[in-house]
Amino acid sequence: MNEWVFDSLPPAPESRQRDRRSRFGWRISQITRLGVKSIFSHGLRSMLTVLGIVIGVAAVIAMLAVSEGASFEAQQQFRDLGANNILVKSVKPVAVEESSRLGFGPPQAIVYGLTHADIQTISDTIPGVSNVISSRIVKKNIWNLGNSMNVDVVGTAVDYPTSRNYGLRDGRFFSESEMRDHGNVVVLSQEAADALFPFENPLGQSVRIDSDYYDVVGIMESEGFSNLGQNQAGASNSAPARVFIPLTASRSRFGETTTRQTAGGMESETVELHEAVIQVEDQESVIGIGEVIEQILARRHRDVDYTIEIPLALLRQAEESALRDQIVAGAIAGISLLVGGIGIMNIMLASVTERTREIGIRRALGARKSDIITQFLVEAVILSAVGGLIGVVLGITIPFFISTFWGMTTIVTPVAPILAFSISAMIGVIFGIYPSIRAADMDPVEALRHE
Amino acid sequence: MPAPQANSGHATRPPEQQLRVASVADVSKTYYMGTLEVEVLHGISLDFYGGDYISIMGPSGCGKSTLMNILGCLDRPTTGAYFLGGEDTSKLKDDELSLIRGARLGFVFQSYNLIQQLDVLENIEMPLFYQGFSQAYSHRAAFQLAERVGLADRIHHKPFELSGGQQQRVAIARALAMDPLIILADEPTGNLDSRSGLEILDLFDELHEAGKTLILVTHSDELAERTSRRIRLLDGRVEQDERMGV
Repeated sequence: MNEWVFDSLPPAPESRQRDRRSRFGWRISQITRLGVKSIFSHGLRSMLTVLGIVIGVAAVIAMLAVSEGASFEAQQQFRDLGANNILVKSVKPVAVEESSRLGFGPPQAIVYGLTHADIQTISDTIPGVSNVISSRIVKKNIWNLGNSMNVDVVGTAVDYPTSRNYGLRDGRFFSESEMRDHGNVVVLSQEAADALFPFENPLGQSVRIDSDYYDVVGIMESEGFSNLGQNQAGASNSAPARVFIPLTASRSRFGETTTRQTAGGMESETVELHEAVIQVEDQESVIGIGEVIEQILARRHRDVDYTIEIPLALLRQAEESALRDQIVAGAIAGISLLVGGIGIMNIMLASVTERTREIGIRRALGARKSDIITQFLVEAVILSAVGGLIGVVLGITIPFFISTFWGMTTIVTPVAPILAFSISAMIGVIFGIYPSIRAADMDPVEALRHE
Repeated sequence: MPAPQANSGHATRPPEQQLRVASVADVSKTYYMGTLEVEVLHGISLDFYGGDYISIMGPSGCGKSTLMNILGCLDRPTTGAYFLGGEDTSKLKDDELSLIRGARLGFVFQSYNLIQQLDVLENIEMPLFYQGFSQAYSHRAAFQLAERVGLADRIHHKPFELSGGQQQRVAIARALAMDPLIILADEPTGNLDSRSGLEILDLFDELHEAGKTLILVTHSDELAERTSRRIRLLDGRVEQDERMGV
């Protein structure tokens, strides 16, 4: 009478443990299927829950794409100016401008800006400077028969295009000998060529500036980017297009004094050079050389009638501000993901309460606490991952529409969707843990009694 | 591995009649409701033997449900010991209790307690799933059990597509899945009309004949009359424990 029944006992727990692990695939697929079922049985509720995650993920991707695009554009501009370059430009000093307005009498020419001597000093005294390309920029009307256009006539050196990643589309740039001979040759920008020669090939034709004719020898590529740093010194608005002639020709044809009609009468100014691109051999020393140039010019000029732009430094700044943008975007996106996560937690808690009885049944049928935790955690992860997936799709489409309809550059880096998606899945885990533990910690007796 | 086939094994073990499958020794259970102490069971001792067909009866509040919960390892006694298959359950951890519930006990509830999202086969499989059996084996076993309770043509129906009697048969098949030591049934016919109730009782009789150990908690004399051992509880004590026809 006191013998125990042993023959129908289940296998020892150790072997069962092993067995459990080997059936992992089935378990996960079963649990996943169950999770999907319960999510779909509350379709609308799940959709609304997931919305927070959708918006969060889409926001992360779209914002990163927009800021990435904007910083790419900014960096492109500076890169086009050349990372090895230092730009020195003439600026009309404020003091001189005011003094010229005092008194009456014939207009006096204001003398300011960079001089040939400045440039000579810079290129002679600073080691590491490989080349200096100085330019004069004069606003003129350029004519081809009846077609005319207001342009910046840039008198410059032969290696101007190479200094700025600015290529020729057709023909050639002017040569050393044309430079030496003050040759009447011109290289048109794409915009100028299109305006002046709408129906014919401008190469071999000639255009008129003032009273002189210039042979068109080449056409530059479209600029595409803003002509930052290339405005005529002192002028607030730049001409829509530029044409290039030898620096020597610019000096001998236009002289160094230009006269403009202004609201107050005539105003003339004498500027030897409007800008100079100083090329440096070694990118590392660009910023140091920039400081040296600053010192040299400060010593040689009474007024600060010049500016020094270092594209590399600007590039660094742009990179920094892009990083700041991304941190801000990340923070905003992080907040919306957090809100989404709280939504998931809320709905999981509701689901746990709703399914108390189911939890009791499962516990009675042999589910361990960890089985219950897994079940609810998988459900939370499915919810947030589905949200994440929808968010990724939206986040990739939104920048596409932004580029199409607003013409902004947007760049979706592959990192952004991957990052956003994994964060959303992680949020499912983090915000699913508490409800799952609550489900597992329920007393089976109470749970079974729950209506 | 135990064979979960419902119609094999037990009939070939007549000596089991003499073997003890479970025993409660001086079990009492006290609930604390704030400062109020309610002692529901007062030192109950009972032995259960293989092949027993037991009914536990008694008025509401006599401690039937509490005793059932303790027998089902869903609850622990405040004092005393509960031995199941020779093992002292009071020493077991929560996970081990879960395994034991799934492997050695089968539950049949008044309100069936099937999981609504799962079909018949998946419901029957559930104990096997939590014990870590393979999918193929579980499917096969669950199908045999569904056949055994006469639902072979309904295996892919959801619980709400079945009648109460059919749902209770699914629950019984589920209780048999791990070939447990004891099948615990709490008012199994309470929600059924008399005809399907009778069908369920016939099924219990069959199980008894096949050598299963059944413990039924019930109010119904009709049900109790079929059992071979009738236990009456009153105010947390065993009032009567009689064996019939022995």
